[in-house]
Amino acid sequence: MSASDYNDVMARKGEIMKKAVQIDYSRFESGTIAFDYEAMMEKVGYSLDEIRDIQLSTGVGNTPLYELKNLTALCRKTSEPGKGARIFLKDEAANPSGSFKARRAAVSVYHAKKLGYKGVIAATSGNYGAAVASQAAMQGLKCIIVQECYDSNWKGQPEIVEKARKCEAYGAEVVQLSVGPELFYTFLQLLEETGYFNASLYTPFGIAGVETLGYELAEQMKEKIGRDPDAVVVTNAGGGNLTGTARGLLKAGAENVRIIGASVDLSGLHMASDGQFNRKSFTTGHTGFGIPFATNPDRSDVPRSAGRPLRYMDRYVTVRQGEVFYMTEVLAQIEGLERGPAGNTSLAAAFSIAREMDENQVIVVQETEYTGAGKHIQPQLSFARENGIEIRFGNPEEEVPGESIILPGHPSLIRAVDLDLDKIRYSYIRNCVAKMGNPEDVGDKDLEYMADEIKLNKYAVKKMLHHMQGRKDSGTAR
Amino acid sequence: MNAKKGDWVRIHTVVLTADERAPQVPDDTKEVPLEMWDKGFLLNDFAAIGDEVEVETIIGRKLSGKMIEINPQFDHGWGSCVPEILHIGRQVKSILREAE
Repeated sequence: MSASDYNDVMARKGEIMKKAVQIDYSRFESGTIAFDYEAMMEKVGYSLDEIRDIQLSTGVGNTPLYELKNLTALCRKTSEPGKGARIFLKDEAANPSGSFKARRAAVSVYHAKKLGYKGVIAATSGNYGAAVASQAAMQGLKCIIVQECYDSNWKGQPEIVEKARKCEAYGAEVVQLSVGPELFYTFLQLLEETGYFNASLYTPFGIAGVETLGYELAEQMKEKIGRDPDAVVVTNAGGGNLTGTARGLLKAGAENVRIIGASVDLSGLHMASDGQFNRKSFTTGHTGFGIPFATNPDRSDVPRSAGRPLRYMDRYVTVRQGEVFYMTEVLAQIEGLERGPAGNTSLAAAFSIAREMDENQVIVVQETEYTGAGKHIQPQLSFARENGIEIRFGNPEEEVPGESIILPGHPSLIRAVDLDLDKIRYSYIRNCVAKMGNPEDVGDKDLEYMADEIKLNKYAVKKMLHHMQGRKDSGTAR
Repeated sequence: MNAKKGDWVRIHTVVLTADERAPQVPDDTKEVPLEMWDKGFLLNDFAAIGDEVEVETIIGRKLSGKMIEINPQFDHGWGSCVPEILHIGRQVKSILREAE
């Protein structure tokens, strides 16, 4: 391989993707900033009923929803009197491949088969690979999973190696790469070579696949408590989980639920750094994906991402690695649910947020994931320690990503930290304007679009634009 | 170690050498090549570890690379004991038992 191959392949990206997803995104474009998101979701996706049928046919969905009574009791022990919302958990680990990602994969693979593809490819180190492999096995397609797995010493994150094993268990070929964004080059080459479907996480049907999660959740809560929950916490990385869940809740008429995004705080670590790769214990659901994808969703493997979290997010918090590991162990010890750490990011956040809420309020954690060798608090903490990460009890505030994992010395020390959502929205607008070239060309349609994109009104967007212009004129760096 | 035709092996290739890496990668990543690992059934009649070989992957794709392992296995497991974990359950249970 040579650099010219690399540049050639990357230059053919648009053409390769068009063949591999068969979506004409240009029909939803306006030519400026705005694009018709809802039309894309409606015309390219499937209806909620169709998706329920597709998922039912492969045993996906209808996962149980539990009330975590012991965890709620623990939360109340650490709260002011009268505080401590009831905590519920949707057990998405009960899906065939062990995570909510089966919902996305079911629709993608169904769609690929309908279009006549012989196989599917997905680029993912996460649960999505297992989900696509499982669905490909069920629906009779071939499957290749491309994962970033090892550092330059051929040392792999145990959690990612486990996912390779699971993909192979479903009959998929797993192509493993060392650290770096050029994974995309290998991915494009494979799509070109095989002519398989790109089972991207970010297509309209992939995201629509998650809508059933939100819809079921609303239905189940109505059965259990006779009303909608007050808040739903969603682990946020690429934005699809949050987008799909929120859209499903809205489709079920649950319009007043606060949608809270939660990511593991990995600030200071570079996601493409070979040296830092094995110094983090979370490979997804972290700020290294959550923030870039929120402020610029169209950075994925398709031209327009259907996952657009700022459209739905009311609040965005971070939790630390030590807090998530701790809550993973607590969930096993007092609720009898042994689940994977990465899926418990939103659980750690919910435990803290429930403390701010009244006792008669209800908060729902909308996912769990499977656990097993490599993908469990024990091997993941052991691996971190082997890599020189300090592990101890203390105040999680002292945790430094890449250097330490601080297990809370007491559950009262678990604290979800609020990110400034307005700042994130501002970055989003700035990225839109930067793509536009000349900010003067921002039209009324663009304003409306950007307002929808960040869940604010046109006036707020205008104010941000004026602020940006002012900064530019006065030469102030932000 | 030698492998014969049909054996299940792991191969390794360099996708991009260090100086071919994308401009946006951080400095430490730029110093190392982009490497790839895959597995398949050996198509050569015989091969020794380190030989350039051709394999057929589990889904039937043919590709070549350096053979680095015969009958490759997964070695991830449960790690060594992390004693801190043992205290978490005891602590939260004792908090739950505390009188109101």
